[in-house]
Amino acid sequence: MSITVYTKTYDAPALDLREILRYAGIKNDAGASDEIFMMLRSCIGEIAGKLTYKVCYCELPVRQIGSDVEFSFARIHSASLAKNLTGCESVILFSATVGSQLDRAIAKYSSVSPTKALLLQAIGAERIESLCEAFCSDIKKEKRAQGYQMRPRFSAGYGDVALSLQKDIFAVLDCHKRIGLTLNESMLMSPSKSVTAFIGISANKE
Amino acid sequence: MKINEYIKNNVLYLDGGMGTLLQERGLMPGELPERWNISRPEVITDIHRAYYDAGSNVVNTNTFGANTLKFSKEELDEIVRAAIENAHRAMSESSGTQKKWVALDIGPTGRMLKPYGDLDFEDAVSVFAETVKLGVKYGADLVFIETMNDSYETKAALLAAKENCELPVFVSNAYGEDGKLMTGATPAAMVAMLEGMGADAIGVNCSLGPKMLSGVVEEYLKYSSTPVILKPNAGLPRAMDGKTVYDVLPDEFSKDVASLVKLGVRAVGGCCGTTPEYISATVMETKDIVPAKIEKKHYSTVSSYTHAVVFGNEPILIGERINPTGKKRFKQALVENDIDYILKEGISQQERGVHILDVNVGLPDIDEVAMLTTAVCELQAIIDLPLQIDTTNVTALEAALRRYNGKAMINSVNGKKESMDSVFPLAKKYGGYIVALTLDESGIPETAEQRLEIAERIVKEAERYGIDKKDIIFDTLAMTVSAERYAAKETLRALGMIREKIGCRTSLGISNVSFGLPERDVVNATFFALALNEGLSAAIMNPYSAEMMKIYHSYRALCGLDENCANYISFAQSLPKSASVSQGRAACEMPSYKEYSSELQMAIIKGLKEQAALITAELVKSTDALEVVQNDIIPALNTVGTGFEQKTVYLPQLLMSAEAAKSAFEEIKKLMSTDGAADKCKVVLATVKGDIHDIGKNIVKLIMQNYGFEVIDLGRDIAPEHIVESVVKTHAPIVALSALMTTTVPAMEESIKQLRVSAPWCKVIVGGAVLNREYAEAIGADKYAADAMEAVRYAQTLC
Repeated sequence: MSITVYTKTYDAPALDLREILRYAGIKNDAGASDEIFMMLRSCIGEIAGKLTYKVCYCELPVRQIGSDVEFSFARIHSASLAKNLTGCESVILFSATVGSQLDRAIAKYSSVSPTKALLLQAIGAERIESLCEAFCSDIKKEKRAQGYQMRPRFSAGYGDVALSLQKDIFAVLDCHKRIGLTLNESMLMSPSKSVTAFIGISANKE
Repeated sequence: MKINEYIKNNVLYLDGGMGTLLQERGLMPGELPERWNISRPEVITDIHRAYYDAGSNVVNTNTFGANTLKFSKEELDEIVRAAIENAHRAMSESSGTQKKWVALDIGPTGRMLKPYGDLDFEDAVSVFAETVKLGVKYGADLVFIETMNDSYETKAALLAAKENCELPVFVSNAYGEDGKLMTGATPAAMVAMLEGMGADAIGVNCSLGPKMLSGVVEEYLKYSSTPVILKPNAGLPRAMDGKTVYDVLPDEFSKDVASLVKLGVRAVGGCCGTTPEYISATVMETKDIVPAKIEKKHYSTVSSYTHAVVFGNEPILIGERINPTGKKRFKQALVENDIDYILKEGISQQERGVHILDVNVGLPDIDEVAMLTTAVCELQAIIDLPLQIDTTNVTALEAALRRYNGKAMINSVNGKKESMDSVFPLAKKYGGYIVALTLDESGIPETAEQRLEIAERIVKEAERYGIDKKDIIFDTLAMTVSAERYAAKETLRALGMIREKIGCRTSLGISNVSFGLPERDVVNATFFALALNEGLSAAIMNPYSAEMMKIYHSYRALCGLDENCANYISFAQSLPKSASVSQGRAACEMPSYKEYSSELQMAIIKGLKEQAALITAELVKSTDALEVVQNDIIPALNTVGTGFEQKTVYLPQLLMSAEAAKSAFEEIKKLMSTDGAADKCKVVLATVKGDIHDIGKNIVKLIMQNYGFEVIDLGRDIAPEHIVESVVKTHAPIVALSALMTTTVPAMEESIKQLRVSAPWCKVIVGGAVLNREYAEAIGADKYAADAMEAVRYAQTLC
């Protein structure tokens, strides 16, 4: 059986300023001065229209054998993933990225204004999270309608799942061709504001 | 018949998808399809034969991912051999009577090139070169580079093909719904680069269906003088009964493709989801179309990794500030290898509105080849403007052109034989828009007529190399008017003559004309206006000169280039009411500083960078600089630093203040001798090997600099040996290392181990998201610093 990999491009999700500030290290609302807000607005203005919101994904059958999880492409020995996927017959495997322009903007300012670089970094973290949320909520809607439940998303590197699993994930999803996402030898993704993850799908409630 | 001849008069039919057909025949997800050339040759041959039978003139070998990053050399050799053999067998078995060729298929490596990934440009060239050489060895008829979604990697592949074979090279890129490559290039930018490098056909494949790609294809047809390729997907995939099906069926597909063939597309096939059925439908639908002639286009363009700049009626501004001539601070930056300084010059010229940056780093005593290459690479990593590579050193020119991500402007060639002999071959190989100076062995001629003569000779000589005159822009050389009464007049006259008689565009380095005169800005600006009136296309100029920018904006408004004068109005509104420093300060709307001990302290604490610099510049006129440091800058830094430690101030505020303090220090530095740096305590700083995150490292750098440390920043992804070498060389007492990923902590540990052996005197501070005190201890560090302030406090105890 062949696996269909879908590619989806999203519109920019709504910005969550409070989340951005949190990623930038500001723990409460009073902590951001007017100057910070002004700079944040200028950063947001500068990258507006330069980000892409791309996801590629597929649905895969999964089998559990003790604390091993078996996919058609790999058998993973992991208690934490096995726990996450208990009772699941399939998983959604996805990768998402907001593109390489943000990395360039961060690099640009890292020499000129580290504050801007930090804020752009925080914007990127919020953007990719929002993109993942938008995608997950779409899948949730679709799967709920079919009577399924979703598990929290789970990425390579969580718990006892080795980061090297990324290699297999990239091969299955063909991330480079579909959304321009690449993996380097240290298992770092480029563009850096990107995520790959599993979402377990089960017939019954968690 | 050669394929390049055939395509001149015929529509060339390519093949369709391979991957989807292999999956149907049992290829597992994640399995490498190239191995099937050896293990399942009959399947691969079958697919190729079906395409030939459907009418394809060209089939691409099943070698999309066949490269040395995925396979050993021995296996790669075997794969390419088998792949080409399979295609040849299919060719001989096919009943089709059309012309047939076998293309060596080359897809992307799947890795990102440096600096945003870890694959070096030259390594990428070598990887592609291996595959190309095998293609030649086993008899491919052409090289087909496809599905590239990054311009830089595309360049590496095309360069490898051009350097390692004489075969025709087709290049096809994958565009997204936004009409750009994943890394941002527009079709016009790709056409400029690929034509410049001599690709034999260029175009578009994958990603989307033919309708969705039509906009991109039309852009190709507009700019390209080279045959255009179209190999779209069969629309979008969906799953049906455990199979992947696509939403554009052969009938619709072929009609959509046919409409683009009518517009001028010359090579058509399909990509993901298309089958032999799609190809035969396309052949049927298009076989009676008389293909439109491939017209030669006359656009003069340069490009960056994102966009093309087309020289036309719009005057093009080329920023001249990246150039050490007459600039003490710039020379110092070059000597000290201070790349940040060059980058800042680039960024601020971009903010002033230039379209292209001139890059000149020529200085006796520096390695210009290395410096120019570094400057070009660093600039193109963060700035999306095309670059003009400005050097008289041919080796440096070649090194920079090779690494340049796009089609560069080349500054310059002239009428001397030696100059043309060395520059034209490089322009031919790497592409480029060449600035040609109207001078020769006898120097700069006095009259416009003589300069025209030289220009004509240059055009003729360029033709011998196959360089079209659209790729030459003439600089008629602005001479100093204070030394020669009619110098400016002849230069201007030559502009008009070249434009009318040769049909080439012109460019001038403006600032020279006013040398030795007072109020140079006014002279320059007037000269610029006169030159524009003579049809000048581009000016190498100083964008910080308000007078020059006034001319530029008003010229555009007066010549109908600025709708509703909108740009002029917003430019005029941005002009300061007066240029003097004290009034400039007033224009900054300084808030009252009552709550603070001084105005400067307020500016630093609030993080007001420009104000901090302006106030400091004023203060040091009447106060001793060291007093300003002691009484204002240090106390302000301490206020913020303590606040951060007590968690009343957060990181962004700490950084803003640090930036403001730094700008205050810059003002003070202008007054001090440069050798004061010798007494500072040295810190070697690096993000360890394998890790490319450097935000944390840069924060530490900034804060440490403000606290008086001399920071030797090695950058990111730094090998242990390199760290050790630097510490030994500088005898720095402190090393600060950063790592963000668990996978790179071993590199940190190794760096510490090597430091203990070769530089036992130094203390090692470590930091980064994955570290903590225990972990730091386990890998042998002296200190774990949770943040920049903690690193500073610890370092202060050591120096």
